[in-house]
Amino acid sequence: MITAERKPLAEIKAMIAPYRKILLAGCGTCVAECASGGEKEVGLLASQLRMDAKIEGREIEIKEITLDRQCVYEFIDQLTSLIDQYEVVLSLGCGAGVQAVAEVFPRLIILPALNTTFIGETRGGGVWFENCRACGDCKLGLFAAVCPITRCAKGLLNGPCGGSKGEHCEVDPDTPCAWQLIVTRLEERGRLEFLEEVHPPVDWSKSHGKGPRKIVREDQKN
Amino acid sequence: MRKESRLKRVLSEGRFAVTAECGPPKGADPEAIRKKGKLLKGCVDSVNVTDNQTGVVRLSSLAACVLLSEEGFDPVLQMVTRDRNRIALQSDILGASALGIRNILCLSGDHQVFGNQPQAKGVFDIDSIQLIHAARQMRDDSCIIGGEKLTQPPDLFIGASENPFAEPAAYRVARLGKKIRAGADFIQTQCIYNLRHFEEWMSQVRNRNYDKRAYILGGITPLKSAKMAEYMRKNVAGMDVPEELITRMKSVPASDQRKEGIKIAVETIEALREMKGVSGVHIMAIEWEEIVPQLVEEAGLMPRPSFGEE
Repeated sequence: MITAERKPLAEIKAMIAPYRKILLAGCGTCVAECASGGEKEVGLLASQLRMDAKIEGREIEIKEITLDRQCVYEFIDQLTSLIDQYEVVLSLGCGAGVQAVAEVFPRLIILPALNTTFIGETRGGGVWFENCRACGDCKLGLFAAVCPITRCAKGLLNGPCGGSKGEHCEVDPDTPCAWQLIVTRLEERGRLEFLEEVHPPVDWSKSHGKGPRKIVREDQKN
Repeated sequence: MRKESRLKRVLSEGRFAVTAECGPPKGADPEAIRKKGKLLKGCVDSVNVTDNQTGVVRLSSLAACVLLSEEGFDPVLQMVTRDRNRIALQSDILGASALGIRNILCLSGDHQVFGNQPQAKGVFDIDSIQLIHAARQMRDDSCIIGGEKLTQPPDLFIGASENPFAEPAAYRVARLGKKIRAGADFIQTQCIYNLRHFEEWMSQVRNRNYDKRAYILGGITPLKSAKMAEYMRKNVAGMDVPEELITRMKSVPASDQRKEGIKIAVETIEALREMKGVSGVHIMAIEWEEIVPQLVEEAGLMPRPSFGEE
């Protein structure tokens, strides 16, 4: 899933300061799962902004809506009948959602209320963990399903560096050393020969090296 | 211009090599480099020049190498993959060779968060082993990554570092093997304080015959004080400073601790000279370069071999 964190209230307030009529649009998919931009968070932010305006004696009108997916055109269409009634859309979608909505409504002012952070997994209550950089050339089969590009602070394909301490990364003592995990897992699986291989440089042209990527599939076109 | 690596010659003739480290200044002052060079003159075979060590912006390693080269030194150009991509690194290898630099040391580099530009984007386009391999390909096959031919190959003696004390311990020797297979001609190790651990590592190295395939230089950093020893033990990742060494440093009054530190370093060098498979020492007297001549002298490593060229 794509994870995101809500921006601080002060930053959101500063962004929407010029506007009175606000359409607050959440997204029911990834950012709902990571509890930053789903229906519940839309309600919470709307209440905060209304309360805040009341305390400061400002008038504000907020309409709440949560799309199933803010990054898919057929769901974005739900905004069509509403958009003209508001001065601004404050999006609780990820960066892809914000841009997709802007693409559909080119004259619309849309502002991000979230900081999109990473592709990751949910690790128990309230913990999300980055584990994929979407490099476009998955090598997890070589590294016992631990991605060194994402989980090693230096992205070493022929790690580890010499700096791990207590099986943790020198950059962040809370982060397990990816290479420690790789070595341990390969050892447990009797596949240590994988470690003898000199892995060649990554082909970053499959990642962000050529600018934004696009997938076109003829079989999916209608 | 230097025709061949002095370090390579010393090692290939089976002499016990001495290299030292020189950190460029945090400014554009060439005299600072020359001054450090003067301190090391005649007592080392080669001088490693660090590449923005610990992620701190300093005068460039290549420029400092050229300045030292002009003073008659045989510098080792340290190159980290943190700051430059494969285009820049390969370009700098060609430039270094053209300027008469004959040794490089390929490193990934300290992570940028520890330096004075913590908001920098770490490049890490390739890693240290991939850099070693690229340099070897450039030299031996006269081609760059991807196979395109060079008009003239660089002339290089290729080095790598290894930390025998880092984790995961079981994998350290295998990783050294990877560096050697990728093309490392010589290895400079992390500072050695735990000689017993180092000896164990060396015996694994010998079992795999890696000491026959690359020259291994043991790292030496003289301790200035008991406090420094404790700091390194606690705060420097991948550093193994045994408790008994700290106790020994503490057993002498603060005013004599430098002397004790030098004594320990001399004893370590002597032990390394006796150790099978160790071809030399690499002295990293951080901001204490003036101590190197004394250390080399007391360890009985003077005079350094002369080839009648300098």
